[in-house]
Amino acid sequence: MQDGKITNQLLSRSKELLSGGKVQIIIGWRKGLFDYDVTPSLFTTAEDLENNFVYDEWCGANLSKYLVKETRKIETAKDTVRMNNRMAKTKNPDAKDAPEPQTKILVFLKPCDTYSFTELLKEHRINREDVYAVGIPCDGMKDPAKKEISERCTVCKSKKHVTYDELIGEDGGVQDSKRFDMVEKIEGMTPDERFAFWQGELSRCIRCNACRDICPACTCEHCIFDNPNSGASQKVAADDFEESMYHIIRAWHVAGRCTDCGECSRVCPQNIPLHLLNRKFIKDINELYGPYTAGSDMETKPPMLTWTKNDAEPNVVYARDKADAQGGR
Amino acid sequence: MYTLPLSQLDTLFETIGANGPLYIPVDNTSGKADFKRWEKGVRMSSALKTVRSAKDFFFPKTENLVNFRMNGKKIEVEDPRKELEDFVVFGVRACDAASFAIVDDVYINQKPVDTYYKNRREHGTVVTLACTEPAQTCFCELYDIDASDPKGDVSAWITDGSVYFRSNTDKGSRLIDGIKILLKENDAKTVETQQSETREKVSKLPFVNLDLSKYSGDKMLALFNSKVWDNLSETCLGCGTCTYVCPTCMCFDVRSFDTGDGIKQFRCWDSCMYSDFTKMAAANPRLTQKERFRQRFMHKLVYYPMEHNGVKSCVGCGRCLESCPIHMNIVKVIKTINETPDQPEGGR
Repeated sequence: MQDGKITNQLLSRSKELLSGGKVQIIIGWRKGLFDYDVTPSLFTTAEDLENNFVYDEWCGANLSKYLVKETRKIETAKDTVRMNNRMAKTKNPDAKDAPEPQTKILVFLKPCDTYSFTELLKEHRINREDVYAVGIPCDGMKDPAKKEISERCTVCKSKKHVTYDELIGEDGGVQDSKRFDMVEKIEGMTPDERFAFWQGELSRCIRCNACRDICPACTCEHCIFDNPNSGASQKVAADDFEESMYHIIRAWHVAGRCTDCGECSRVCPQNIPLHLLNRKFIKDINELYGPYTAGSDMETKPPMLTWTKNDAEPNVVYARDKADAQGGR
Repeated sequence: MYTLPLSQLDTLFETIGANGPLYIPVDNTSGKADFKRWEKGVRMSSALKTVRSAKDFFFPKTENLVNFRMNGKKIEVEDPRKELEDFVVFGVRACDAASFAIVDDVYINQKPVDTYYKNRREHGTVVTLACTEPAQTCFCELYDIDASDPKGDVSAWITDGSVYFRSNTDKGSRLIDGIKILLKENDAKTVETQQSETREKVSKLPFVNLDLSKYSGDKMLALFNSKVWDNLSETCLGCGTCTYVCPTCMCFDVRSFDTGDGIKQFRCWDSCMYSDFTKMAAANPRLTQKERFRQRFMHKLVYYPMEHNGVKSCVGCGRCLESCPIHMNIVKVIKTINETPDQPEGGR
């Protein structure tokens, strides 16, 4: 689906919206030095789009998180004008209001990106009015290192676009995915085997923080790992324990909010299968509290933010067994 | 030159490994390669390069610098360094080998000398391995590094079913002396054939002829104030991938760890891409990712060369091209700046 035809379709539509004044900024993918090294980028002119915009099987990068920063810039600009208008009125009650800047960002979202986008909207991290979301089709993205469809796309959970203003191409549906197979395999290991598995994987970690920085669920104003007093700063970990702690804290922190977009594993320079940690949490939440997919709609209350008397106590394995005996929830 | 049949490589590793730690590139479970300590049964990777560079041997991720032990009102200062064993790193590529000289210039050849780094350098013997199949992302040639004739204490070539060795330093000669029973003397003809083939391949790589004339000290301010940094850095995540896979990135932070009865002071890699890299008691001069991003490339292409006879602190290994989550890298930076018309100095 990501062929030249669709690229041209996205291109002409974005130029149309740009020239019509409907949007001022377009977040898309910029051509690289080779075919596979496209860069997420902001476009503001038709000429730049024409020369450098691309959408093909190498556009795995999820653009939704950039909206947090970019819509904030818009809101800050509006706030500044409002503030100045109020100040002007205190001096002169008849002062005319300066117009608020009207900037809208067009963002292209693949089906899985719309889950991240929706989750960010749900968490009030993006101002919806500042965004013009265009849902685009996806046939799976390639892994630049292996030059084949990446693992996350072979177990794609959904071709459905959750939130959008406009759709290019056809919408799909939620798919029967085998994404928990590897989690089950790890669950089947003995505790020693499991420890050895994760120790082996995490021992390669260099604490570049790329998994955190790319993660659409990681949008804290001030990350705990950026706090030198937290005992786990953003620098290279002091020892193996700190390395594991970083990943465990991160997995807990995004639990119930992770949409399983798989960006963490895509960007890991050491190929650590970080998404498996998150998938384990998703699987556990599904089993303990009933099926839930973060970012699948704006209404459903996240299980980690709600409490009922029948909730299983997930902190001990015993409780899970009890929950099983009670038939799930 | 000395040769050894390739089939006897394991015997060679066994001989070297018997005298002290030997590290070789090994395939890991993720399909990439890392340097690992050799032991019986461990096979050398055929990968062009390891994910992380060989700088780790001399500048490890973390290193204990000093311990303070509290004893009542007395504080004992303890140097945690143990006598370091001599070790050998086998299979270092020309780019990584060239990076050692760049780091040496900062940590050894100027004062104060980094004795921790120097100690490791002195105890390590580097055996380099010539490249034969450079990747499209390789551009060491741009910095006059010859992939087919790598530096190091001993240079090695694998060609025609044999491994060829040439010692370049006293340390290298000592290593060769220790393994001489396994080696035969031979002329360098097959090596020369391989070298000319590799050079031919390298000359056709896409980034070996980039124009670096814009990156000189006299153009520093114009480059610093250039508008290009806004666009280049706009989607940078601020992660540290590029700096940690880079063979010439050598910045560290010193941190203290409360052990309960004292303080363990250690250093760990730091990254100019991180938000608190320049955080000081008073303020942080680099408030946005643009300043941090600019710093990294200005350092590699302008500041370091200004201090070190024009030598750029990039060796063209291509790791940042492969690892950056958003595929932004030094080649894109150089190309974009080259394509941007010069702006008046200091002006915007």
